[in-house]
Amino acid sequence: MKESEVQINRVDWIAVSIYFALVAIGWFNIYAVVYDSQVEKSIFDLSISSGKQLVWIGTAIGLITLIMVADYRFFENLSLIIYLIFLLILIVTPIFGKEVNGQILSIGVGEFRIQPGEFAKFATALALAKVMERPTFDLSKRNYQAIAFGVLLVPIALILLQPDTGTAMVYFSLLIMFYREGLPQWYYVLGIGSVTITLLALGVDNNLYLAAIIVLVVGGMIYLGKKSWQRILAFSLIGIGLITYIYSIDFVVSKLPPHQQNRIMVLFNPDIDPLGVGWNVTQSKIAIGSGGFFGKGYLEGTQTKFDFVPEQDTDFIFCTLGEEFGWMGSFVVISLFSGLLYRLVIMAERQKTRFSRIYGYGVVSILLFHFMVNIAMTIGLFPVVGIPLPFFSYGGSSLWSFTVLLFIFIKLDSSRATQLGRIS
Amino acid sequence: MRDQRPAIILLFIFLISGVLLVKLFAIQVLDDSFLKRAESNAIQRIVDHPYRGLVYDRTGKLMVFNNPIFDLMVVPREFNVGDTAKFCELFRISKEELIESYNAAKSYSKVKPSPLIKQLSTTDFARIQDFLVDYPGLFILTRSVRSYPSATTAHALGYIGEISGGQLEKDTIGYYSQGDYVGLSGLEKYYEKELRGKKGVKYKMVNVRGVDKGPFKEGEYDTLSIAGQNLTSTIDLDLQRYGEMLMNGKTGSVVAIEPKTGEILAMISAPFYDPNQLTGAEFGKTYKKLNRDNSKPLFNRPIMATYPPGSIFKIVQSLIGLQEGVLTPNSTFACNRSLVACHNHPNPVNLFGAIRNSCNPYYHQAFRQIINREVSSNTFKDTEIGLNAWREKVLKFGLGSPLGMDMTGEKGGDIPSSKLYDRIYGAGHWKYSTIYSLSIGQGEMQVTPLQMANLAAIFANKGYYYTPHLVKAINGNPKRIPAKFQEKHSVGVDARHFDLIQDAMAEAIYGTAARAVMTDLVIAGKTGTAQNPHGEDHSVFVAFAPKDNPKIAIAVYVENAGWGGRAAASTASLMIEKYIRRTISRPELQDYVIAGNFIY
Repeated sequence: MKESEVQINRVDWIAVSIYFALVAIGWFNIYAVVYDSQVEKSIFDLSISSGKQLVWIGTAIGLITLIMVADYRFFENLSLIIYLIFLLILIVTPIFGKEVNGQILSIGVGEFRIQPGEFAKFATALALAKVMERPTFDLSKRNYQAIAFGVLLVPIALILLQPDTGTAMVYFSLLIMFYREGLPQWYYVLGIGSVTITLLALGVDNNLYLAAIIVLVVGGMIYLGKKSWQRILAFSLIGIGLITYIYSIDFVVSKLPPHQQNRIMVLFNPDIDPLGVGWNVTQSKIAIGSGGFFGKGYLEGTQTKFDFVPEQDTDFIFCTLGEEFGWMGSFVVISLFSGLLYRLVIMAERQKTRFSRIYGYGVVSILLFHFMVNIAMTIGLFPVVGIPLPFFSYGGSSLWSFTVLLFIFIKLDSSRATQLGRIS
Repeated sequence: MRDQRPAIILLFIFLISGVLLVKLFAIQVLDDSFLKRAESNAIQRIVDHPYRGLVYDRTGKLMVFNNPIFDLMVVPREFNVGDTAKFCELFRISKEELIESYNAAKSYSKVKPSPLIKQLSTTDFARIQDFLVDYPGLFILTRSVRSYPSATTAHALGYIGEISGGQLEKDTIGYYSQGDYVGLSGLEKYYEKELRGKKGVKYKMVNVRGVDKGPFKEGEYDTLSIAGQNLTSTIDLDLQRYGEMLMNGKTGSVVAIEPKTGEILAMISAPFYDPNQLTGAEFGKTYKKLNRDNSKPLFNRPIMATYPPGSIFKIVQSLIGLQEGVLTPNSTFACNRSLVACHNHPNPVNLFGAIRNSCNPYYHQAFRQIINREVSSNTFKDTEIGLNAWREKVLKFGLGSPLGMDMTGEKGGDIPSSKLYDRIYGAGHWKYSTIYSLSIGQGEMQVTPLQMANLAAIFANKGYYYTPHLVKAINGNPKRIPAKFQEKHSVGVDARHFDLIQDAMAEAIYGTAARAVMTDLVIAGKTGTAQNPHGEDHSVFVAFAPKDNPKIAIAVYVENAGWGGRAAASTASLMIEKYIRRTISRPELQDYVIAGNFIY
């Protein structure tokens, strides 16, 4: 008993408080979505939707209790088993799961259904922490890189089978944790560079301009530098490669499924089809943009309440906040998220074991990606990707998985005094 | 190097947050276009159309009212036709019509309502009401159309129709919007501002499917519509309908005026049409049909048709001569048929005899004295001066320009000045012998039936008139009619000169229009014949009665009906009896007019 008292005192109450603040604000926003004096006219059964979330919150608190009273070694020792269990569930999901709109996301019996893609996130983070905790594990070496990427890519491949591109993308956020753990910097330079060039190729209408700029830059480099033939050849090849890449992008895009093509096109011009493809982004921006500085007031929003924004209580929950609480509300919530992420980085850095630190950065990576992509898509800065806003969005699977993800780390953090100093 | 990495990750977190907050600030605070788009999304501005004002006749009988009509509206996204054949049978619509209007609705909007069947009648509405519940996405929109209980006075009342693009552009205060109905002719047009009332506006909230979600801010910004003002017309509905019965099947005009006030008692343009045809769903179809009709039923003859005034103008000549002192009651001229043709009558005649017998040579000679006053030794110059001076006097009789009644499209006719003849013959190349036809109301002279009726009112009033008008009160208040209708116009001829004229007119009808004579009601009248180069002459008659206390002045034109003494005089006499006696004592005369065989 003495040990558990010590642990309670060591719980990071700042992180826990921010978590509950976000859950509470999210729940109020779900209520704002369902609130309507003429509920019975809606096609959604809204009265159940807000009540249900309260049940999810209650059970999430139950999960927190379980995690907090469990032995911290449980997670470390069983991490690979948990990972394998979820891989197994992911394998059987396409076989036994329920198909909705061509996707098989959930599995379960009757009313009780979970989305294994959500839970596999913390399982993958645990597994990576376990695999990478050995002091000899060095991400600057090829063979270790292969192991780390292997653990990461298996669940991604399985989730792409569902298919759920949005959730699969989330796993790549763990590259942030890889960065902290020493994956060489040039990976990121190359990655960010190619993403930038890809976006430019998609966003600029006439590829000729880009090609001209590349020719100018490459030509300038050749002209200014040493004029050895190896160097001229290398730069020329890079330039030709880039230009080929730019022109091949359009071809690749045209081979994508239409709904993904549309999502990309809408990012660059949401007005191309405001009633069709651009509807989500256009309506979402209208809802948030109409909020002004202080918002329309709680329960006074019209855009989200009257169903102009689709998926408003799940992926587009931020619209309700933006409309009813304005920029001030957005500021508060974004501050809470960045405050939580800041706190988690601080906590991760103070861990004594590499396992805890890696897992901590896994939590940071996944939460940051959700937070960034979800809000960015509602304001048209990112293509529409169907991923929830952590702790905010309606839905049991998402709330539970983020709660488990976060509180395993809070548990590990609170036990850090009793852990052996094994950090490398 | 590696120690910097946590700091770089933290920097990245704050950078992302910063970018999101800046972008949010831009769309939430700096850009207010989203607020407007949100309003147009969720807040529907619904115009509450006021009831258009009603029109009553001078005795309080209803002439125009608003009849509710029902449009069957469809919301394409919610609509499911099911069995098409059954639907068409229930709603009495052909499959082609259904497909056409459904496709039109769909291309307008899938979520907003558009009309599927326009303007159901009350009976159709009652019939389909029970089936409506079986069809989601269908509902009834109630509007109102103008309705005319006695199906009369089509031209004077006018019609309403959808506002045109040109009218919308002229509407600088932005009262109207696309699809609004406005008066397009007649009283509906002239009194549009009074009749239209004031639109109200309701703001309600709708969801993404256009479903009503209640008033916006509890109706704080809503305004109520104000119904249009009612007009009391000067028309005597019984007289108007009687006149239309008489003129049925003929072409021409009847204008009856109350001389003391200028109020128009009846105004008939034949051929006419049922004003109920130019309302609602039939408007377009009927309008096209009427517009193509060779008898021109849409042409408003009393104010738009112009004819030479003919013999009736001799009275005006007499009055000008008397006022100028050129003529006296005793002025006598020989009926010299070498000057101009005439018919058999006692010879020579004085002024009274000249009017009574409509002697053409008399006026040929009298008009020369009016024109050639020898103010200039040059006979051409003298004629020019005389013509223009004479013209000024004629214009005071309300001729030569529109009278300015409360109806648009009124023609002014024409009283020629020296300019016209200068243009035709060249200045200094014409003299009295060129223009003498004017003496008997022929030649380059044009008047409208309305102007002729107004002339009759001037003769009845002994020298003054009120501008003829069709409305005597607005919302029951006679003071609110335009001020110009309450203004007395003098024609510049002393009242004493009219006694002889009135006596001669009363006497004249015994000779030229014996059919018009009534033993116990003295009618003062004058026949005319408007020459028609294309066929039979037009029969014309102006009159007022009773002679000693005139209550009605009237002008009747029956085209291609020959001599004025037959068709026009008979019609005028019956109208006068109908108005003053309210009953007809001469059924055989009525039958004669209705039969319409005036040429024999």
